[in-house]
Amino acid sequence: MLIKIALPKGRLLAETAALLQKAGWGLSGYQEKARLYRLKSTRFPNLVAKVFHEKDIPIQVAIGNYDLGICGLDWIEELLIKYPSSALVKVKDLGYAKGALYMVVSRLGGMSTEEEVRAKEGVVRIASEYPNLAESFALNLRLRQFSIFPLWGGAEVYPPENAELVLIPGRIGEESFDYDLMPITKVLSFGAFLIANKNSWETKEMSEVLASIEDDLPVSKGQPSLAEVAGASEIVGRHFSTQAAEDVVRLALPDGHQQLPTLRLLNKASIQISDYPSLKGNRRPTSNLDGVMIKVIRPQDMPLQVANGNFDMAITGKDWLLDHLYRFPPSPIVELLDLKFGKVKIVAVLSKDLSVSDVYSLRRLSAERHQPLRVASEYVNIADKYARDNHLGMYRVVPTWGASEAFLPEDADLLIENTQTGRTLTRHNLKIIDTLFESTACLIGNANSVSSSSKSERIKSITETLRMAAEGV
Amino acid sequence: MFIVLLQIESNLGLRLINTLILIVEQLGKLVYNLQTITKGMAMRVNRCKGTRDLSPEEMMRFRFIEEAFRDCCLKWGYEEVKTPTLEYLHLFTSTGTLTPSMLGKVYSFLDWDGWSGERVVLRPDGTIPVARLYIDSMADKGLAKLFYVTNIFIFEQTGKETRERWQGGAELIGASSPLADVELVILALEVLKKVGLEGVELKLSHVGLIRGLLLELGLSPEEQAKIFAQILDGNVEVLAGIKPGKPELDEALSLLLDLKGKSAGFLRNFKVLFTQNLPELEPPVDNFITIVDLLEALGYNYQIDLTSGRGFEYYTGLIFQFFIGEEKIGGGGRYDALIPLMGGRNVPASGFALYLDPLMSLVKPAALTEPLAQRVLIKAEPEAIEQGFNIASYLREAGYVAEFKLEAQEPANLRWILDVRSKAPLFVLTDQVSQKRFEVQATSEVLRLLGEEDADKDSLA
Repeated sequence: MLIKIALPKGRLLAETAALLQKAGWGLSGYQEKARLYRLKSTRFPNLVAKVFHEKDIPIQVAIGNYDLGICGLDWIEELLIKYPSSALVKVKDLGYAKGALYMVVSRLGGMSTEEEVRAKEGVVRIASEYPNLAESFALNLRLRQFSIFPLWGGAEVYPPENAELVLIPGRIGEESFDYDLMPITKVLSFGAFLIANKNSWETKEMSEVLASIEDDLPVSKGQPSLAEVAGASEIVGRHFSTQAAEDVVRLALPDGHQQLPTLRLLNKASIQISDYPSLKGNRRPTSNLDGVMIKVIRPQDMPLQVANGNFDMAITGKDWLLDHLYRFPPSPIVELLDLKFGKVKIVAVLSKDLSVSDVYSLRRLSAERHQPLRVASEYVNIADKYARDNHLGMYRVVPTWGASEAFLPEDADLLIENTQTGRTLTRHNLKIIDTLFESTACLIGNANSVSSSSKSERIKSITETLRMAAEGV
Repeated sequence: MFIVLLQIESNLGLRLINTLILIVEQLGKLVYNLQTITKGMAMRVNRCKGTRDLSPEEMMRFRFIEEAFRDCCLKWGYEEVKTPTLEYLHLFTSTGTLTPSMLGKVYSFLDWDGWSGERVVLRPDGTIPVARLYIDSMADKGLAKLFYVTNIFIFEQTGKETRERWQGGAELIGASSPLADVELVILALEVLKKVGLEGVELKLSHVGLIRGLLLELGLSPEEQAKIFAQILDGNVEVLAGIKPGKPELDEALSLLLDLKGKSAGFLRNFKVLFTQNLPELEPPVDNFITIVDLLEALGYNYQIDLTSGRGFEYYTGLIFQFFIGEEKIGGGGRYDALIPLMGGRNVPASGFALYLDPLMSLVKPAALTEPLAQRVLIKAEPEAIEQGFNIASYLREAGYVAEFKLEAQEPANLRWILDVRSKAPLFVLTDQVSQKRFEVQATSEVLRLLGEEDADKDSLA
């Protein structure tokens, strides 16, 4: 009987690969940057492995797409705390990649204990990649008014200006974090874990595969893999005074691959910016713009952050702006400027093996089959609207965290994805059946800030400067 | 992932609409034959896990209880209100009055307006929204006696128990006397009597007493709150695990928690023994005794069981619960701190709710057991359709249920059949019970005959 296992990329990859090598699985191509998602074992011919973003693994195992999975306990608990009846069995602590999730505050934020957080007047903002664990923390601490901001990343740069608390991973016993952050409590200790689908665990014979792991526990060697999340060198960055003047404009710049084109645009606009992109991961660059605070965050997180007034302006993509607006139509956010760079198409994608060639035939196919159509996407709201608008019948949106093209055909039926050239899609035996829209980088603003008397001048002037640079005037 | 999965949940309604739209479109385009579509529908349209339908028979039971409840409440001077299904989550967290375990079962999500992270919930409780309504728009009234029939939503993991529950509740806001608590207990018992239930057991507890004991145990405020929350979540054993420093407390605890009292004497004994050493317990014990004395004087039976709780931390005084056998069918209590905690003035309040779901299976409304004497089936000849409609409307005005025969199948459980003809005799009335047949010429004759024959005519169920 076929046994399917979901394996992690990212922080757990190296040690998991070492573990499985010791276990003699003979997986070829399970290494960094291998670009190979489907792997075979020479030792267990009935074993197939697929490589996922770690966050996807508990969900993939719980819904039964995979019998086994390896991922951090943090992501398992993030799922179970909200959906305790998920069909997951925690099989084994694998003994490596140990770390802990800490609820963290800024030393400049004026709160250093749970008591002080509880006593705070007004809303407590908690930002995290672990929104479910963060919510559970807030409920158990009995916070009276709180907002949870789910993030794609970069949580450590939010306090104190943009969030009172962040829930982030660190080394066990870690007492200080970058940007003058300090933990107020440890929420969870975690490490790499072997998990199984409940039904598979109860019905499938997997003992040989399990035994091979059992026998070959690697020697525990502390905490190497968390270096990237916790940051080896202490980054302090530049803090604005917490009582920042009301007219300070808070600008968010993107991390990731939009950094270079953004830098080019800023240079063209004669805006001097230091340490961006930062080699040591500094998310608080400085600039020659007077009265402007800059932070570097994920473009995915920007619309929500700008809508909430945590930032006044941000450079993000139209794709993420629309994804936000489809979810929250009344959101107080305005597109100030099309920046023209970073052009991608947002497309609907199917496996080439499917005879369907357009969305109308897909609708028919969806109506005929007796299973829900699985729509995978990083853009869950765009995907949801597309499926809704096209009457794809009973469908389910499968949220993904990147490398979505690997989901088709076995773990999803339809993919909503961005593409520049379409080459990656072709390489994965996929075809485009529809183009939803074209997306470029854009400058967005908070509607209230744009019309506020204290900030509108500065926002207008930055927008104008960037407009001239973008239009090449 | 969080938002996403929740959003999928909240989009269920839309999904259903999509499915329907899809089907309608397909019909329009005649893409599929009808058979394929109905086959597809059978696969697709399921009831949501943890929900229930109410069939016509169940609705008859539902309305029977609801009407009894409304009737009693109105006669005690209570006024009916309805609050929205959606409320802000903040309403329930800000008071600190639902236990974390309770909040973990709330249906909370971000709605279309949720960009600020402000979550909304499907009403998990009947009392807090009514308290909000009172603060919103009725606070100037002082005393408010309100009641409602509403659904509440609580996530139950297995999906075997229903997650949408119906209750009829009454809130007495602005009165602090023991008499107010007694009024609510009696009102609830009156409703239960009116729907014909026998063997209702009344169990009493007192939060003031439990809190007083926890205070005496010398626990920190956090520990007290934690243990109190656990007791109210039904974990009574937690108290047994605490070793109090004072031996007299140990005795007080076991006397209060292990024994069940059936008279005010139980409380008086307790008072004599312990309130000298534990003076903080005196006011709640006295309050409890006054209430119990009143109930006793009015002839009501009860059981004192301090360990009965239920996930709500807003109670401050008397808690009362109604059982039939093991089944809990309602309960309530005093919640003096709730309205001030929610930002209202310092207004005392108490209330109760009866649970319609268990009650529906326990009651036997008359309408279910007796034939429908007032139902008339009208069979009109094609030439006499107009006359048929005319007499039907007279019959309805006179209080009968008049329905037309539409298909070959005749509705069951009705007594009268009225043939409407274009030629004399214009009306033929048949009594299905006595098998009598009457031929008449005028509408007034039909009405007279129905009235005469229907001597045992009951009010419409």
